[in-house]
Amino acid sequence: MSKALLYDATMCIGCKQCEGACAQQNKLPYDDQVAAERVQSEHKYTVVLSKDDKFMRRLCMHCEQPACASVCPVGALHKTKEGPVVYDVWKCIGCRYCMEACAFGTPKYEWHSLNPRIRKCIMCPDRVVAGKQTACAEICPTGATKFGNRDDLIQEAQERIRQNPSNYLPRIYGLHEVGGTCVLILSSVKVEDYGYPSSARLGETPMPEYTGRVMERIPDFIPLWSLVLGGVYWLSHRREEVAAAEAAEKRESKR
Amino acid sequence: MKFKLTFWKAVFIVIMVMGVSSTLVRFFNGLGAVSNMSDEFPWGVWIGFDLLCGVMLAAGSFCVIGAVYLFNVERLHSVVRPAVLTAFLGYSLFIVGLLFDLGRPWYIWHQMIYMNPHSVMFEVGICVMSYTTVLFFEFLPNVFERFKLKAPIRWIKKIYPVLIILGILLSTLHQSSLGSLFLIMPSKLHAFWYTPALPFLFFGSAVAVGLAMTIFESTQSARAFGRHLEVGVLVELGGALLVVLWINALLRFEDYLHRGLLRQIVTPSYESYFLWLELTLAFVIPISLLSFRKVRLSPSGLYLASICTVLGFITNRLNVSLTGFETYAGQHYQPKWTEFSVTLMIVAAGFALFGLAVKHLPIFPGVRVPVEERIPIETVPIMAPEVVSEAAD
Repeated sequence: MSKALLYDATMCIGCKQCEGACAQQNKLPYDDQVAAERVQSEHKYTVVLSKDDKFMRRLCMHCEQPACASVCPVGALHKTKEGPVVYDVWKCIGCRYCMEACAFGTPKYEWHSLNPRIRKCIMCPDRVVAGKQTACAEICPTGATKFGNRDDLIQEAQERIRQNPSNYLPRIYGLHEVGGTCVLILSSVKVEDYGYPSSARLGETPMPEYTGRVMERIPDFIPLWSLVLGGVYWLSHRREEVAAAEAAEKRESKR
Repeated sequence: MKFKLTFWKAVFIVIMVMGVSSTLVRFFNGLGAVSNMSDEFPWGVWIGFDLLCGVMLAAGSFCVIGAVYLFNVERLHSVVRPAVLTAFLGYSLFIVGLLFDLGRPWYIWHQMIYMNPHSVMFEVGICVMSYTTVLFFEFLPNVFERFKLKAPIRWIKKIYPVLIILGILLSTLHQSSLGSLFLIMPSKLHAFWYTPALPFLFFGSAVAVGLAMTIFESTQSARAFGRHLEVGVLVELGGALLVVLWINALLRFEDYLHRGLLRQIVTPSYESYFLWLELTLAFVIPISLLSFRKVRLSPSGLYLASICTVLGFITNRLNVSLTGFETYAGQHYQPKWTEFSVTLMIVAAGFALFGLAVKHLPIFPGVRVPVEERIPIETVPIMAPEVVSEAAD
């Protein structure tokens, strides 16, 4: 069963301990200066944003059917059965198609490295496989970020909205967006105000389907098109042969 | 031999010096130092121009080969060799350009062992690699003829039908797949350029530009190498170009009509200015020009129309890959001069290699090869396999 994270923005106090724990887990630098940065970057996989006393966390959404994994020509990104979308740096050729393709703009790049890597939240796969929570969920003092089975978390989120409808917007961001994600967001404010793309814009179609519709035709297209081309080639050259043979015949009969 | 510095040689040297210095920056300081690409614009002009436009500009070969060998348009025989040469150089140089853009180019061979069949990029990569190989074999007879090697010409002649069909198949696949690359970005790419029809539009524009580039190239090399301009060939190509442009234009119109964008297109906005520029250059000007019989029969009219077409579709591909993302990214992308200089260096290298090849190989009928080495190429209609082998015999 797929694991997931439920982030409840109404419970978040903006302490940014998740940022620190994430940096420590992924061996990234973290100090006051980094804490003040308000964007995800090569050295900051998750960021807690604030606006009018409301908080919002951004991190990789770990889509159920990730665009990044489907576009990677060498399969350096893939979705594990536990839920995390992980990155094998030793395969990567650095084409940055994953960055282009991600609807959430999650993957970041080491632009100033001579052997650059894609950097993004990988949902602590080692911990998850070992049956532990992600670093950010473990450290969260209020339970705003909660780790668990995706299905259970969805139920819990629906329960929270039902019990406290005035506290939440009636939607779980990530439930259906791009076919569902393993990061689910509950909030009293619109996630769009914090840089998330709107649900209407994203749609509910898993991103890989947009290219899949074309790619799945290719195995049929290749033999068919070769046959057509070969046929046309044969026909046009057959015509030449026939013409040559006829000309030869004519010469013969004249003689 | 004495070296004479002409204007164009000086330009070439300046471009090369700038290009080499940018190359050093690229490989010693990284992509961030050499380009204005960023997390918001992970693909810049190297993908937008070098890859997307480069592959389109080299499409002449498969269009001409298709016309000559599949549809028996005999008159185009004389442009097959230059078209194959252009494509072979274009694709080879485009792979060189890719080595600049890839973050870890030393792992480019991973493409062949860690294959991901769901990735459009993977398909493009494999097709481009195979097609460059096919082009190499299509180009080889020039070299064999130059050195009067008879046996290999016979071998190539045997596999030539396979090369032709394989070349057209691979071209169809990767020319359209370059458009499919963007199918996965419906939420990011502006509606003017994001359409499920992208693969068809990219294939259509490749054919149009392939024809236009062949006109441009024939005219240009007639001037540069003092050849007699074959007006009949150009007229034939111009007629085909007009038809293909109409098909492209109707496809575009149908697409916008179908998606209900016609009103948005005529409303002024940042994107619509770029769209207007693209549509004017790619369709309005060349179609109007070519609609006049007088223009269609005049070499300079055809030359002008083909330049417009090429510029128009270059604008189109830059719009798809760059302009169309600016609203989403919330910022503009302006390539750094070092990005331009690398592109310029690659293009200049292409021109230089083309010149060298024409000088030393039997590319154009009638171009002088030193007498003692000359094969009677004047009598050889280009690259008809049976004639090639006769000439060798």
